[in-house]
Amino acid sequence: MRRSPVRDLIVGCFVLAGLAAIAYLSLSVGGISYTGPTGLKISADFDEIGGLKPRAPVVISGVKVGAVESIGLADDYRARVVLNLDPALKLPIDTTASIVTSGVLGDRYVSLQPGAEDQLLASGDRIEFVESAVILERMIGKLIHNTDVGGNGDKK
Amino acid sequence: MVTAVRDLGFLWLQFVSELGRIARFGGRVLASVVTPPPRLRQFIDEIYHLGVLSLVIIVLCGTAVGAVLGLQGYNTLARFGAADSLGAVVGLSLIRELAPVLTALLATGRAGSATTAEIGTMVVTEQLDGLRMMSVDPVHYVVTPKALAMTAVMPLLSALFTVCGIFGGYLIGVRVMGLDAGRYMSSLQDAVDFHDDVLGSLLKALVFGGLVGLIATYRGFTTAPTSAGVSAATTSTVVVSSVSILVVDYFITALWGV
Repeated sequence: MRRSPVRDLIVGCFVLAGLAAIAYLSLSVGGISYTGPTGLKISADFDEIGGLKPRAPVVISGVKVGAVESIGLADDYRARVVLNLDPALKLPIDTTASIVTSGVLGDRYVSLQPGAEDQLLASGDRIEFVESAVILERMIGKLIHNTDVGGNGDKK
Repeated sequence: MVTAVRDLGFLWLQFVSELGRIARFGGRVLASVVTPPPRLRQFIDEIYHLGVLSLVIIVLCGTAVGAVLGLQGYNTLARFGAADSLGAVVGLSLIRELAPVLTALLATGRAGSATTAEIGTMVVTEQLDGLRMMSVDPVHYVVTPKALAMTAVMPLLSALFTVCGIFGGYLIGVRVMGLDAGRYMSSLQDAVDFHDDVLGSLLKALVFGGLVGLIATYRGFTTAPTSAGVSAATTSTVVVSSVSILVVDYFITALWGV
């Protein structure tokens, strides 16, 4: 087979371009961050997680610091949410985790409010202070129930 | 009635034996991958033929598909006031489904058919018999570099397709429709996960590459030694590969959820 250096060069460029595309997809678009064993893994048990899904963002003051890694059921039938956070993060042990919604119809995400204690959360720890997701239907139900009770009271 | 049942049974038997022949052929190709001497130069030449020469069509189609996704996605999402998540729609549909499948279909038409025609012509002109007479294994000498190159090239082409598609969506969404560039990219980055989406996409492309490489070379290798045989084999490569890609895509998605 004849040797053709130009063709070899073109093939090399093609392979490099393909690998660059894969690298771009992996690093920039896929975002290999907060993953792997080095991430800070913190769990939190909620009574109600609403529509929270794995990979939902975790934010502090609106800044994304990690993602929901997995959601499972704890022994006491509460929802155990494992968060995979930026390992450089220093969170006090009295940090509060709450599930909030972006907008009325937006996606659920986890918001952390760091506390004031000196002790820090380490990987594998559990956040004690949690605030469950607000379910709109239940709130409306309570509202209707309360006004109903109030109305009866007025009649008396 | 009886003949109909008999014909049906015969067709089924034929189908199963054809599958068996393809599997045996695949085994021969796999075995000859590790058989020395490695045909590296031939392999690089095939990457040029199957990959570099398919590049233009991949780049054009990728950009066009991304642009169409951007346009349709924007119009639909804007109705719900969710135009900001256009990046997620374009990126996820490209990475998870469209890029691997469309790349494989395009590569089948562009490179798979050419491979079949090339090997088929070698059958017609008795070049493969010539190789056998020199006690050179035609599978090792001709087929393996082509099948291997097709498998290696597909993930690269698919990744390039994806990047072009993301660019096409950006072009329409940001440049034409006036979305914020940062919003487009950040919704894309938030939605796409490396492990679930990007790796799954590359795995799909790799499987499709192996599939197209195997079918194209098998059809060429078993061409009836006439000019009509070559044309029939080429057509059959495109048909069988396209159908298998779509069917296998369903099963990969169902089994691994990518």
